[in-house]
Amino acid sequence: MNTRTQPKLARLSDALATYEPVIGLEVHVELGTNTKMFCGCPTTFGGSPNSQVCPVCLGLPGSLPVVNRTAIESTIRMGLALNCTIVPWCRFARKNYFYPDMPKDYQISQYDEPICVDGYLDVDVPTDDGVTTVRVEIERVHMEEDTGKLTHAGGAGRIQGADYSLVDYNRAGIPLVEIVTKPVTGTGGLAPAVGRAYVSELRDIMRTLGVSDVRMEEGSLRCDANLSLSRSGEPWGTRTETKNVNSLRSVERALTYEIRRQAAILGAGGSIKQETRHFHEDDGTTTPGRSKEEAEDYRYFPEPDLMPVAPDPAWVEELRATLPEPPSVRRKRLQQEWGISDHDMQSVINAGAVELVELTVAAGVDQASARKWWLGEFSRHANENDMELTDLAVTPAQIADVESLIVEGTLNDKLARQVFEGVLAGEGEPSDVIKKRGLALVSDDSALVGAIDEAIAAMPDVVDKIKGGKVQAAGAIIGQVMKATRGQADAARVRELLLEKLEVS
Amino acid sequence: MSADVLRMSAASLAAALAGKQITAEEVTRVFLERIRDVDPQIHAFLRIDEEGALATAREVDRRRDGGENLPRLAGVPVAVKDVMTTVGMPTTVGSAILDGWEPPYDATIVAKLRDNLMPILGKTNMDEFAMGSSTEHSAYGPTRNPWDTDRIPGGSGGGSAAALAALEVPLALGTDTGGSIRQPAAVTGTVGVKPTYGSVSRYGLVALASSLDQAGPCARTVMDAAMLHEVIAGHDPRDSTSLPDPVPDFVGAARRADVGGVRIGIISELTGDGYQAGVMQRFTEAVETYRGLGADIVEVSCPNFSYALAAYYLILPSEASSNLAKFDAMRYGLRVGDDGIATVEQVMARTRDAGFGAEVKRRIMLGTYALSSGYYDEYYGQAQKVRTLVQQDFDAAFEQCDVLISPTCPTTAFRLGEKLEDPLAMYLNDIATIPVNLAGNAALSLPVGLAPEDGLPVGLQIIAPHRQDQRLYNAGAALEAALEDQWDRPFIEGLQ
Repeated sequence: MNTRTQPKLARLSDALATYEPVIGLEVHVELGTNTKMFCGCPTTFGGSPNSQVCPVCLGLPGSLPVVNRTAIESTIRMGLALNCTIVPWCRFARKNYFYPDMPKDYQISQYDEPICVDGYLDVDVPTDDGVTTVRVEIERVHMEEDTGKLTHAGGAGRIQGADYSLVDYNRAGIPLVEIVTKPVTGTGGLAPAVGRAYVSELRDIMRTLGVSDVRMEEGSLRCDANLSLSRSGEPWGTRTETKNVNSLRSVERALTYEIRRQAAILGAGGSIKQETRHFHEDDGTTTPGRSKEEAEDYRYFPEPDLMPVAPDPAWVEELRATLPEPPSVRRKRLQQEWGISDHDMQSVINAGAVELVELTVAAGVDQASARKWWLGEFSRHANENDMELTDLAVTPAQIADVESLIVEGTLNDKLARQVFEGVLAGEGEPSDVIKKRGLALVSDDSALVGAIDEAIAAMPDVVDKIKGGKVQAAGAIIGQVMKATRGQADAARVRELLLEKLEVS
Repeated sequence: MSADVLRMSAASLAAALAGKQITAEEVTRVFLERIRDVDPQIHAFLRIDEEGALATAREVDRRRDGGENLPRLAGVPVAVKDVMTTVGMPTTVGSAILDGWEPPYDATIVAKLRDNLMPILGKTNMDEFAMGSSTEHSAYGPTRNPWDTDRIPGGSGGGSAAALAALEVPLALGTDTGGSIRQPAAVTGTVGVKPTYGSVSRYGLVALASSLDQAGPCARTVMDAAMLHEVIAGHDPRDSTSLPDPVPDFVGAARRADVGGVRIGIISELTGDGYQAGVMQRFTEAVETYRGLGADIVEVSCPNFSYALAAYYLILPSEASSNLAKFDAMRYGLRVGDDGIATVEQVMARTRDAGFGAEVKRRIMLGTYALSSGYYDEYYGQAQKVRTLVQQDFDAAFEQCDVLISPTCPTTAFRLGEKLEDPLAMYLNDIATIPVNLAGNAALSLPVGLAPEDGLPVGLQIIAPHRQDQRLYNAGAALEAALEDQWDRPFIEGLQ
């Protein structure tokens, strides 16, 4: 698969028996503002290269940045959702370094004066015996601008050794928010799962706030994972920073890999080099990037082209009042309302179906049925078609329609599945699908009686058995009737009518 | 007629144009011809836009003939310092690294000139990236002082000032980061104004030091400067540091020209030692003139000004080192050494080595050092503290007076090459102008006569508090009118 030389890895259980991992996460979230951080260019994904640029985001000589107010608002809302203090006054700073994806060769960011500080996020981490809640402390939330995107031709896709490189500045200047945790300690073997749960929770919060579409596959949420190991009671070890960790699963894998790699080095009497490492999605390994010891001096200083940002406290309170219910609180409330176990709730969460089930219940479906449809039929359909549950063409109202037909006996489960198949295939509303496919249950007794008579006539031996007291033999006749009615008969009613007819009961 | 047109103030030209005594095309042609005649000796211009200027002039004439009410300065030609982006004309900032770069957009103040239908004759020469006090640091050769072509016209905006002194244009734009409008005005006998920081848009000025840069008007009379100032001032939503204030009545202030009862402060730290005798003589005479006009003369002290130059030469290079990082050969301008083997870093380094001049490199290195981790607090941090102290000195001084005055520079124009090898001596030329940029105040330089020992112009600087730029025009016009009899306004007869 690749030619990377694999370092020696310790067994995870051995590593955790000897060392305590300390993790820290830096998450970059692209805000879903309509325009860029410092200019009016659109932020839509997938435009043709360099079609969404202007003198400002290209950093042309003479151009000047102007702060996007919506980006500030989104960042403050994020900070509030993460229980941060919103500072009364802060500034942007320039982070200076040369790189071709950086139009100005400095990035407008925040350095020692971030807009949000000192927050926390409680995350639910699944364990072997249920769910445990871990508090992850947030050091800071700050604003910055994204860089352009480089594509390297030749040279293994890296800038070193490439034949040439292409730069697309459409992404340059898109507002980014960076959320930095304090070191998370004392979680032992759960550390990788804590990392994953934290990023997942953060993603849910961003979605709930509506500040970002947080699509990791499009790079709108990117994570750097820091990890160090130490023997318990000893000072923290040297950390590595693993970049390019771009899915929830990768967070867990990257941290696990670093625990094993670092433990093997320490176990052999070696020492950890402070460095940036790159995560490889294909095999779950990390390889060294730039060494921090020879890292650049970013020469931060306050951005003189921008005025300080001083959010009016009244405005901050206004924003606080508009915060939606936090996802964790909402999940607890829903679990209680639905009266389901931790395990069942976790299944809903893992399927990404909390909101869908909630909406379906709100549409009048009972919680068990709502969960059954979303976690069963619909999840299967989404998986098979490589889609998100939220992107399926079925609405809570449609589920409610179908459910009421089941309750009144017009549909059974099997037919209902066929109805949804039609709905998902775009054949229209459930009623349209039922009509077109002719799916309603036969509830007309006279039609059933005919089919029952035919079956009785065709199976005299079975009839004898039933009459002889072997009522369980009725299944054969019921099966025959169901076959004759192409499954559209209500089996329970067929049984009733049959036994009535044979005068057994 | 053409000789008269050359010597007319912008205000008189505007009046003649409005009264249809002359057409804008005629006026524009007179100045274009003058440029052709004298600019080979002066080298005030880096490029001329004859076609563009004439097109604007013809539009003015057509619209005026159609009975339209046109802006006051419509049809009055203007020159633009090459630090401002212009559509249709390259913008080089006096540097080889931007040779031939054609910006896709106009600076806000350039757009305002166009909106006001002012024919733009061309782009004027400057020290590379506005770093210098002599225009000798231009990658395209120095500009010469029309008073004595062996002498410097000041800098960085020597091109705009020399063009005015040589009657090549009646109005020009400059930028002033540490004196780049005022010092050239002083040494060429013209008028230059550095407005309050934030009162004129910086959008489209190739940045030197963002917290110090300010564009302003260059002219031959105080009234002309006031008129041009009104055209370019005002809030710009594209510049976050732009003030929301309405534009004051500068022209009205220049018309008032009355200093009766006005308290004028002499900054004791900006006189005496280190100032040329003839400069001090003319300055002292001007003070007496003010006294004679009914002004109250007070002496004030600004003790922290002695640290201003040092603080300035930390803040400016720091910001410049960052602002000039973008010239990396990737997107525009010069690219050197891209041989298919060199790495991107090597191409960046080779280009910057070849494209930047010595003074620019010197300041980039100074600034990079001052911002480095471990040195930041000691240098950039300390410099910002001094900046606050300088502001406090001004605040205290303005409690006692309405405007402050000083000689604009310690000497008259020095000789070409004289200070090229001695950067410190060059920097000292801006000793009196720099505190104003650090504090963000407004200041104006106007000519107050010739130094007896060398016959070269002497400039006087008037400083006003933040957002009180109109005071410059009142005090400036009053002195100008009083001196008119003593000293004829500069014009150069028959340059060889």
